[in-house]
Amino acid sequence: MFALVDCNNFYASCERVFRPDLKGKPIVVLSNNDGCVIARSNEAKEIGIPMGAPAFEYEQHFTKHNVQVFSANFALYGDMSQRVMNVLSDYSPEIEFYSIDEAFLKLTGFEYFNLQEYGNEIRYKVHKWTGIPISVGIAPTKALSKLANRIAKKYPDITKGVYIIDNEEKRIKALKWLKVEDIWGIGRQHAKKLKAIDVNTAYDFTKLDDSWVKKNLAIVGLRLKRDLQGIPTLDLEEIQSKKNIATTRSFETNYTKLEQLQERISTFAVSCAEKLRQQNSCCNSVMVFIHTNGHRNDLPQYSRNIVIQLPFPTNSNIELVKFGKMALEKIFKKGYHYKKAGVIVQDFTPEDIQQLMLFENRDERHISLMQAVDKLNKSYGQQKIRLGSQDLRRVWKMKQEKLSPRYTTKLSDIITIHC
Amino acid sequence: MTLKLHSNKTINIFSALTDTALDLPIITEGISAGFPSPALDFVDLTIDLNKHLIKHPSATFYGRVKGSSLKNAGIDDGDLLIIDRSLEPTNGKIAICYIDGEFTAKRISVKKNELWLMPENDSYKPIKIEKENDFLIWGIVTHVIKSF
Repeated sequence: MFALVDCNNFYASCERVFRPDLKGKPIVVLSNNDGCVIARSNEAKEIGIPMGAPAFEYEQHFTKHNVQVFSANFALYGDMSQRVMNVLSDYSPEIEFYSIDEAFLKLTGFEYFNLQEYGNEIRYKVHKWTGIPISVGIAPTKALSKLANRIAKKYPDITKGVYIIDNEEKRIKALKWLKVEDIWGIGRQHAKKLKAIDVNTAYDFTKLDDSWVKKNLAIVGLRLKRDLQGIPTLDLEEIQSKKNIATTRSFETNYTKLEQLQERISTFAVSCAEKLRQQNSCCNSVMVFIHTNGHRNDLPQYSRNIVIQLPFPTNSNIELVKFGKMALEKIFKKGYHYKKAGVIVQDFTPEDIQQLMLFENRDERHISLMQAVDKLNKSYGQQKIRLGSQDLRRVWKMKQEKLSPRYTTKLSDIITIHC
Repeated sequence: MTLKLHSNKTINIFSALTDTALDLPIITEGISAGFPSPALDFVDLTIDLNKHLIKHPSATFYGRVKGSSLKNAGIDDGDLLIIDRSLEPTNGKIAICYIDGEFTAKRISVKKNELWLMPENDSYKPIKIEKENDFLIWGIVTHVIKSF
């Protein structure tokens, strides 16, 4: 058996732990630079604020409905996430931290426990210890536990936040309830393809021919089908390492010069390279995009992206910056006011498996150089060692007008107790 | 992170793992071939206050005191409180409560199905918790840290 534990509206819940007065009130959390909505409390969802809503467009809506608006406080969310994960680690020897607010627990050997009670206890303890409400889905496979979790979250009154799929009747009922586009791991393109052949629910999907699934959704799709049929196929960590890493930002002002964008792209590429090294991966391709402000109808609009295949896999700052800038130069056009840019690295291979190329190979000296850079940046603070193409004076000024205190990570920000 | 530096059929050479540290007590006796110092059997580990004051790290939070209603319990303005959310609020414990829009610390007292928040300072009155209060017990104070 597997359990999937998912924190309810995680970012909004983190804010609420230290602001109990916000219970039952709509909360939204904005992305870096206060650009758009990245998290909503249930109340905010109910009054029709969509995910990704641009903050400035919804300003009046926020005021009208008395919505509490927060700038993203990632120091707080990261710390609270760690607390939740630590508590969960007491409940299974095998755990996969799937995202900042989700974890899979392998419950092999727990079949003789009362799983309903076990789920209730996990839920009670996480909430009691950390203040974060969670939902628990328990089922024989990972994909089904994800589905059970969805049901627990969708019907909190009936399930009390814990739902178990432990027989065929429940499994079939749940599969018939789940729309094909909501299946874990089925992307928008595949969902479209499936709907075209009249596959509308997860149940329909499990009735498809193995050969059709394999041909159209590859082996990953076939594994998913087995998992949904209740045959344990996906194990912990199998879909763990990220498929791509992105660093993208809106600028506080518009940029018009190539040099300005080069500096940003360099910084974003370095950030991607650092994240790649953290998970011991190299990337084989880099995508760079730039675009103008779509909300400024008075200005000419331009938006482009480009993917370049790298001659060899890498996670070196120097090499990724070089390729990032190369890509930027191909798509940059003069005469536009750029508002946003980003670097996305994809197509990963493990760091320790390197295929030797005939003509060009990664510079092996970069490996130890990057280790040194990471170590220095770790001990002397973020970004002390930078590349020449990154602006040394520039300290990234993020617009964070509604930032809550760092209650758990900064001594001067801890809660005040009135005595 | 270990890195494979060299490998062939008979040997794999990895780089050393150097990003973690393990503190060991320093033995200053020097190395001699004679009779070992009997004191070596009594080398203690260092005192780590985190370990002694914080039993449940995942459930522990800090708060700064403002006000003097718990003066006689040794809690003064400006003190740092260590708060453990995992503990149950029982009679006599000092709890962090959230009442009508702010965090407060008081001693909990349960009398005949009534919940009272008791100050430890004669100039303050006990507070009886009524149904209409917006009230919750947020955590339990386990230690107070003062700076002199």
